Amino acid sequence: MLGLLAALVAAAPDETRAETPAERGRYLATVGDCVACHTAPGGTPFAGGRAIETPFGPIIAPNLTPDRASGLGAWSDADFLRALKRGLRPDGARLYPACPYVYFSAVRDEDLLAIRAFLATLTPVANPARGAGFGFPFNLRPLMVFWDALYFRPAPFAADPGRSIAWNRGAYLVEGLGHCGACHGAKGALGADREPGVLGGGRVRGWFAPDLGGDPRAGLGGWSLDDIERYLATGSNGRALAAGPMAEVVENSTARLTMADIRAIALYLKQDAPLSQRSAAPSPVANDRIGAAIYADTCAACHRANGEGVPGLFPRLAGSAAVQSARPDTLITVVLHGGRAATTGAAPTGPAMPALGWRLDDASVAAVLTYIRSAWGNEAAPVNSEAVRRGR
Amino acid sequence: MPAEALPAADVVIIGFGWSGALIAEALSAAGLGVVVLERGPYRDTASDFPPGFAPDELRYAVRHDLVVPTAQNTITFRNRVAQTALPVRQWGSFLPASGAGGGGVHWNGQTWRFRPSDFVLRSHLATAHGHGVIPSDATIQDWGVTYAELEPFYDRFEYLAGISGRAGNLRGHRQEGGNPFEGPRQRDYPTPPMRMTLAPTRFAAAAQSLGYHPFPQPSANLSEPYTNPLGVVIGPCSYCGFCERFGCGNYSKASPQTVLMPVLRRRPNVALRTGAEVIEIARTPDGRHARGVRYVDADGIERYQRAELVILAAYTFENVRLLLLSGIGRPYDPRDGSGVVGRNYAYQTTASVQLFFDETRFNPFIGAGALGMVVDDLNADGRDHARLGFIGGAHLAAMQSGGRPIQSRPTRPGTPRWGGAWKRAVARDYLRNVRLGASGSSLSHRGAWLDLDPTYRDRHGRPLLRMTFDFHANDLRMIQHATDRLAEIGRTMGPAEMVVNQRHGPYSVVPYQSTHNVGGAVMGPDPTTSVVNPWLQSWDVANLFVVGASSFPQNPSYNPTGTVATLALHAANAILTRYLPAPGPLVPR
Repeated sequence: MLGLLAALVAAAPDETRAETPAERGRYLATVGDCVACHTAPGGTPFAGGRAIETPFGPIIAPNLTPDRASGLGAWSDADFLRALKRGLRPDGARLYPACPYVYFSAVRDEDLLAIRAFLATLTPVANPARGAGFGFPFNLRPLMVFWDALYFRPAPFAADPGRSIAWNRGAYLVEGLGHCGACHGAKGALGADREPGVLGGGRVRGWFAPDLGGDPRAGLGGWSLDDIERYLATGSNGRALAAGPMAEVVENSTARLTMADIRAIALYLKQDAPLSQRSAAPSPVANDRIGAAIYADTCAACHRANGEGVPGLFPRLAGSAAVQSARPDTLITVVLHGGRAATTGAAPTGPAMPALGWRLDDASVAAVLTYIRSAWGNEAAPVNSEAVRRGR
Repeated sequence: MPAEALPAADVVIIGFGWSGALIAEALSAAGLGVVVLERGPYRDTASDFPPGFAPDELRYAVRHDLVVPTAQNTITFRNRVAQTALPVRQWGSFLPASGAGGGGVHWNGQTWRFRPSDFVLRSHLATAHGHGVIPSDATIQDWGVTYAELEPFYDRFEYLAGISGRAGNLRGHRQEGGNPFEGPRQRDYPTPPMRMTLAPTRFAAAAQSLGYHPFPQPSANLSEPYTNPLGVVIGPCSYCGFCERFGCGNYSKASPQTVLMPVLRRRPNVALRTGAEVIEIARTPDGRHARGVRYVDADGIERYQRAELVILAAYTFENVRLLLLSGIGRPYDPRDGSGVVGRNYAYQTTASVQLFFDETRFNPFIGAGALGMVVDDLNADGRDHARLGFIGGAHLAAMQSGGRPIQSRPTRPGTPRWGGAWKRAVARDYLRNVRLGASGSSLSHRGAWLDLDPTYRDRHGRPLLRMTFDFHANDLRMIQHATDRLAEIGRTMGPAEMVVNQRHGPYSVVPYQSTHNVGGAVMGPDPTTSVVNPWLQSWDVANLFVVGASSFPQNPSYNPTGTVATLALHAANAILTRYLPAPGPLVPR
């Protein structure tokens, strides 16, 4: 019974001690959300083995624990920096850019080495799984030399002395370790950022990572600094709920950042992030009666007849950036397959959207999505049945 | 073959309904490692009752999908000792739940506080009316805990669940529009009452004209969005009319899923194992200390979960049966009234009045489990019930819980049961009928108890629980009086036709009446008449707490969930503040 009582007495943290490089590295690894890719479902954190889906096939994220044979145990600091900043393994083989070394080249060496110090404190786990299941010719790693030559411009982060310290910190995190553009940047045919540094929205695993530029409908133009901060800190801000891949990012990374860093990121995104070039505003679509009827039957009980939703529970559709995004991938995925919102300590509810693909056919999903993209003052292009079919 | 012992937990909780979930929250928040064993399946809102099929009346209301399958567990029933009890093979009069969330998934959401006098029933009656008013075979007794002691925990539950209602008594000050008979509450309900529909509004007007004091039913179907003290958001009710027997697809009915599970899921020191049916509470050789529980897991493999503290928080029936099967506490013997386990089983006494109107449309499809207006004037002592020849009372209500298509097709007397005339009658009366209900108290008495059946066994070879029960004559007199008053209110509403469904004995286990089965492991200050002390701690095994409506010494008229939850929170608080600092009996025997 003494054990029971002892469990009630939490050890008080010692806040007077200076932070060690490994502790700093743990935080920076959280900023980079390394754990998301480098952990197999249900596996040991950082021990690798998760298959990352890419347009070219799956790629297994390798083991980052200090196991000598299968992890980073035999790597030198120089090896580590070379891999993360230049995309080169110690044996000289080239990494695929699924590992965002394109972004990490902007990170200061001392920060990368702090992450390495943190990884070195982990318990070694033997997990040799790695490699890519790419088809020809992408399976030929040496060809990556051409990709790197075409698309990779290693560049250290250059602070803008005309900006505030907070803005520069935000830029450093977003453009570097945070590698936001890996999802939120548009990709070309070979998977490279079409416009490096522009977070105009991109497709990821059936979802559309929204435009983080200043567009008032599809971007962050309608969001206040506080909206962005609450979203990153809790996954929920009364306008939107983080779901899909972003739910993992919030749970593993942004919700665990200091408020100072969250504010810096919000400041950078909100003020003077390079504006994406949005295609001409789509013409409004006449409200479709079928779509409206499906909405009333199937959606309105939660999202409300006026599309305003319920803060923290059912996302607001009226005026929503996710709803008015250039591409409807997220909407199609959520309606067909459902989705669960991020759960964080501050916003633990984690409500889920039920899958509706079993009871709505392609034309019905297209009709109701077209309706919500044009109702309540929303403006976005119609959704066609073919796009829904591809999302099944 | 003895089962291999799993790593010991601080606490093992049997059952993941409201009681188990609330105690798991309180104890895990304090840092204890909690394992919860639930006999039914895992269930959550979007995965198990999304709006697309939550309102499936055939699946849930007719085929009882959220109720424990009788092939897994049932009871045997008889009215009196001279009969042979037979197993219930299809649930009827009551619907014991199974699965994560327990009855908290399929309940209506009618959320009450019991009256202060309910907790001291025997001494209150003796003081107010003399011992002579209590029938000689009644075994009603005081609870050993007072309303004032429980008030903070009522408050805690109401604010966790976001209950919608209007206070009638704020710190002793009467509030217009609330229940004038309720005990004093420290603050108002967290959310305002639901929006009223026509039938309850007409009922309230009629009741008021007769001198009664109608008020909105306190409801766990929330009137507006609400964020509870744990940070969990509960949605506003959509008045879809599918509450009782259904899970809520809109996150708007308070349940363990919508109130507690989002937080429990995040706690690494809480483990929920579903499909885990507990078969015995294991004890040390001297019988004084629980060592853990033996259970059969979802794969049919027997497991042994050791724990320093065992919380028995299953449904009333299984709480009593597990005590009897584990040999904990002396079984009740109805011949001489000795023993305690199985003693003081009580039910509820219900009746109804059906009104048919020629013109007025009431749109019964707009509904919610706790949407309605209530009159509480005839409860407890009512208007001098003792002089009328009975004790106890009833509350009267117009509850618009939903006009569901299969089971809600009332027609007037004389209507054929099928054919064209029946169809025309259904079409005419569906929108134009109102049902009024009376829900009355139930005395515990010598002729009502629970024990192990000598003949019938479950799939693990263990005896089923046997119920011996019939309505006490006092309760039938009480409900007849209440139903007559209900009919007066109904008549005042001006129907074209009215049908009065009086309750008569003997009790039948077939038609649905109420799932508010209580007692059998009752609480009290005296170990010769109770199984658990006022903190729900077993008198015999100090590290065992038995939580649920099984602890009610008799049944007031009200729906029990508010009090079940309150007693669970009260017990959890006693465990943290009294038991853990000095493990052992909290009240010396």
